[in-house]
Amino acid sequence: MDILSNLALGFSVALSPYTLFLAICGCFLGTIIGALPGLGPSNGVAILIPITFTLGLDATSALVLMTSVYYGAMYGGRISSILLNIPGDEPALMTTLDGYPMAKAGRAGDALVLSGVASFVGALLATIGLMLLAPTLARVAFLFGPAEYFALYMLAFCTLGGMASNNQAKAALAACIGLGIAMIGVDSSSGLPRMTGGNLHLYDGVDFLVAIVGLFAIAEVFFFIESHGKGSSIGVKLDKVRIPWKDILSTKWTMLRASGVGFVAGILPGAGASLGSFLAYMTEKSIAGPKGGFGTGVAKGVAAPEAGNNAAAGGALVPMLTLGVPGSGTTAVLLALLMTLNITPGPTLFTDRPEVIWGLIASLLIANVVLLLMNVPMVKIFVRVLMVPAWVLLPGVTMISFVGIYSLSGSYFDLLLMIGFGILGYFLRKLDIPTVPVILGILLGGNMEDALRRAMTLSDGDVTYLFSSPIAIGLWAFAIAGFVAPMFLRGMLKKPQRITD
Amino acid sequence: MASDRIFGLVALITAVAYLAAASQIQTNPFSGEFLPKLFPFMIGSVAAICALTMVFKPDPDPDWPGPKTWGAMAVAVLVLAIYAVLLKPLGFIAPTAVAAGVLSYQISPRRLPALASGIGLSLGLFVLFKYALGLGNIVAYRVPTWSGLWDAISILIPFVGH
Repeated sequence: MDILSNLALGFSVALSPYTLFLAICGCFLGTIIGALPGLGPSNGVAILIPITFTLGLDATSALVLMTSVYYGAMYGGRISSILLNIPGDEPALMTTLDGYPMAKAGRAGDALVLSGVASFVGALLATIGLMLLAPTLARVAFLFGPAEYFALYMLAFCTLGGMASNNQAKAALAACIGLGIAMIGVDSSSGLPRMTGGNLHLYDGVDFLVAIVGLFAIAEVFFFIESHGKGSSIGVKLDKVRIPWKDILSTKWTMLRASGVGFVAGILPGAGASLGSFLAYMTEKSIAGPKGGFGTGVAKGVAAPEAGNNAAAGGALVPMLTLGVPGSGTTAVLLALLMTLNITPGPTLFTDRPEVIWGLIASLLIANVVLLLMNVPMVKIFVRVLMVPAWVLLPGVTMISFVGIYSLSGSYFDLLLMIGFGILGYFLRKLDIPTVPVILGILLGGNMEDALRRAMTLSDGDVTYLFSSPIAIGLWAFAIAGFVAPMFLRGMLKKPQRITD
Repeated sequence: MASDRIFGLVALITAVAYLAAASQIQTNPFSGEFLPKLFPFMIGSVAAICALTMVFKPDPDPDWPGPKTWGAMAVAVLVLAIYAVLLKPLGFIAPTAVAAGVLSYQISPRRLPALASGIGLSLGLFVLFKYALGLGNIVAYRVPTWSGLWDAISILIPFVGH
């Protein structure tokens, strides 16, 4: 029973009073971050990384804190989806489809509790799946050479571009922007600067945290200036919160199926949580048929996307931890955290530093239970958070971002760069160009280039080496299919639009 | 239509400039002649193809805001840029109060709440960072000097700053 002994190791790390305290703090903070409209898991975690770093926490504590925030934000995202019809981030969009109508029908409390339970089921099953699958995949990952890694990075960008966006060219362009930025700085093999334009500040390269906070948090400010903070007031009443046993029992199979679908979608590198909640919702919709009443506020329509979304969040950790290739925007941010903490994800992590991996898994399980206990009785407290007006919230978030980034390097240049990324993020999002590939590009560009260069050096410049092993060919095939297939399936897989009042 | 075409054109020019810059990358015997340029070349080429696709197959235009909102956003960018350079010479409290207040006013144009949120956020975050999180060295208060202020502001002026 390898897993059990490993898990015991993990709990011995995660159950110390201090780490437990951090987990609870993280869950609380995360739920608030997720609940605030316009602040999703990605920005929330990104803003907190520099601050965690300056706090001087050790690797395990920082990891426990941030993963609790991550899971907490996934839970909290449903609160603004259900009560305000504003998804905190992309994956929460599907929850608005049935959650908001249910809340308008006077069952806001039921919807919140039901989605909380669904989140718990999805996240719990995904964490168990992670536990079972990750060590196996880590062993397979030892077979990966530079050619396979290069193909894997291609797969991540292709599936991300193909499935998670509406226009392939725009997604590929976004990935190129990110990869192009990653090339800036001193080249590791020649020691000479590349693409810096002679600017000394750029010799170190562009820190991905600067890009993440700029693209997500600062860009959000411009969107709020555009909308003048309108549309963020609660339109539905929340009465006494009871536990809707009937709904929970009637959706048990829905939750299980949605968790499975979400987990598999989460594992696909690059696809992530949005695809998980989308597929989970669509599967349940087609199983229920037109009589299911999906879109009018049925219990299954609330449970399916929430379970799928949280299962995908757990599933996305599998490729991130075993291969170092994140499956979603937020896991990309967590990868950034690991890199900041000097932990390199990949197969060797499982053998070299088992206490980090299993401590993380144990803290995910703990965070899950804490979140369920916190979210059902205390949901009213989190709902109150939604009343913070945008004109206090957004300036506050901006100032925290500035201090966080400033604490990284103490240089005004990073701050100006962050504002630049904010402006870029505004235009990209306006033009429907996804920003997550930009982040992934900046994060993975260096590794992807290293893989390519090593492959070219090993093969003495022979391009066919990239397609020389069955694993590499398989990954390339998936990559091309993942990029091309959605072009033809677009009509079938049309994303449901947000309902408006 | 037009927005995608314009953005595509800008992206195309950037991609070509990127390719040109990539061809000028210095190499030495350790890195080989071509390897440091290979990946930047690939990125630039793919980006150019994508940009051309955007020019020839544009999506419908998004709803752009009116001139007044553009003005508000420009003010926000300017204030943030000034905040970025003044954070060092002036310390945390005074620049934060001004920047947060202005941002708040741009989101919801009411003077008193904006003033209150500026001062409140500045003092509240100062207490949070200094006493709760122990980041006193970052949010320290400093007495400004004229030459320090000029050094900071000149960063933002093209060809004058460093």
